[in-house]
Amino acid sequence: MSGGGLKAISIATVITLIIGFGLVFFWTPMDADQGFKQKIFYVHVPLSVVALAGFIAGGIEGFRHLRTNNNRHDLNSYVFIHLSVVFGVGALLTGAIWAKASWGHWWVWEEPTLVSFLIVFLMYCTYYPFRYAIEDRDRQARYASVFAITAGAFVPLNFMAVRMADSIIHPRVFATSEGGLPASMLFTFLICLLGIGLLWVTLVKLEQLGKRASGQVSRLRRALDADPGRRGSVGGRIAPSGEVR
Amino acid sequence: MTSSFTAFKAILGKDLRTELRTMRSLPAMILFAVTTFIIFRFGLDRTVLSGSLAGGVIWMTLLFAAILGINRIFLAEREEGGFDAIRLAPVDRSAMFLAKAAALFTYLVVLELIVVPTFALFFLPQWSGLIPMIPVLAGANLGLAVLGTLISSMAVNSRARDLLVPLLLLPLVVPLMIAATGATAPLLEPAGPTYDDYGTWLLVMALYDGIFCLVGYTVFEFLLED
Repeated sequence: MSGGGLKAISIATVITLIIGFGLVFFWTPMDADQGFKQKIFYVHVPLSVVALAGFIAGGIEGFRHLRTNNNRHDLNSYVFIHLSVVFGVGALLTGAIWAKASWGHWWVWEEPTLVSFLIVFLMYCTYYPFRYAIEDRDRQARYASVFAITAGAFVPLNFMAVRMADSIIHPRVFATSEGGLPASMLFTFLICLLGIGLLWVTLVKLEQLGKRASGQVSRLRRALDADPGRRGSVGGRIAPSGEVR
Repeated sequence: MTSSFTAFKAILGKDLRTELRTMRSLPAMILFAVTTFIIFRFGLDRTVLSGSLAGGVIWMTLLFAAILGINRIFLAEREEGGFDAIRLAPVDRSAMFLAKAAALFTYLVVLELIVVPTFALFFLPQWSGLIPMIPVLAGANLGLAVLGTLISSMAVNSRARDLLVPLLLLPLVVPLMIAATGATAPLLEPAGPTYDDYGTWLLVMALYDGIFCLVGYTVFEFLLED
């Protein structure tokens, strides 16, 4: 991936988000029921949708890594899950704010979507201690992929089970048979969804670039360490490993 | 190439024989469960349990006792080189997954044969809900056995294995526990068992078990590669 692609997509992200938030504040009608606080919906819902999609995509990349044994897919899987966890924090925080504003409590156990999201989020939080508890690089990649696949299969199951266990009070904005969203709200929501999605893609690309650069640096460092002819030119900066013993 | 079924029988037989001779897991699981009941008796300050409280206590206890067994299911393989042996042997690697899951299932059945009657003796006013609990126990055992085997095989080759098993397993079994407690609670009502959503919860468990059997069976061989 070139730096130019990153620049283009960053600019697209910024423009889409500005347009989206402009529409949120100045164009969409006030919600008759909830008033101004309903506007957090344009951030909260896209964050959670993008995070969940990212988790599933991480599972698919894990599957591709196991099939092709290409480490690029493992890197993708890691970065997807990592950024989805970050977006998940955002979704939980905005969700709690909305819950406090509209139901009066920061946390509502009767709300299946909230609870399922928390379970999924907690599960993906264990991805980090699990991944970094394995030292061997290849094994780490393989095990992380197995985790990503298992967790990806778990996401829809979990949503189903939690929803069946409780009553439904979450606003089902798209599912209601009559009414639903007015066109202006739906349009703004889609723009915001696109903006948050683009933000996710930008951050993914940035993270991949960083990971790749640091991988290259450590490869170069290892090559320098392994090549005794070059050691003189490096001077004292890199410890001459093995010579002391 | 030895057939998968022969390999399955050999590994399962070996596991059950070792457990019979060394008693490394089961006695600890049973003791843990019974002691937990005593803690619940004082923690909840109840001498009689029924409904969702009874369902919650029995399933929490069984789940945490199961984690003790899940932690150890691959320990011998790692310490005594069983993983290398299965890698060298000309058998299907999934046979090991199935055999380990079957061994874990057997442990859980033995655990429940002792622990569930003990629970009834301690807390339940009337026992007619125990017979319809059997399919629920079987469904949850299958899920715990399959996922436990998968998670244990992932965790045993990492540095923090005893820590990782509960950490990874608990969120994954939430849907299973929702279904198990959902089916159990109406069975343990003081007035006698009722069957609210009993079939639905069994179906949810069957779906869960089916999906993770497939996932585990498919991905297990990647965990053995080296």
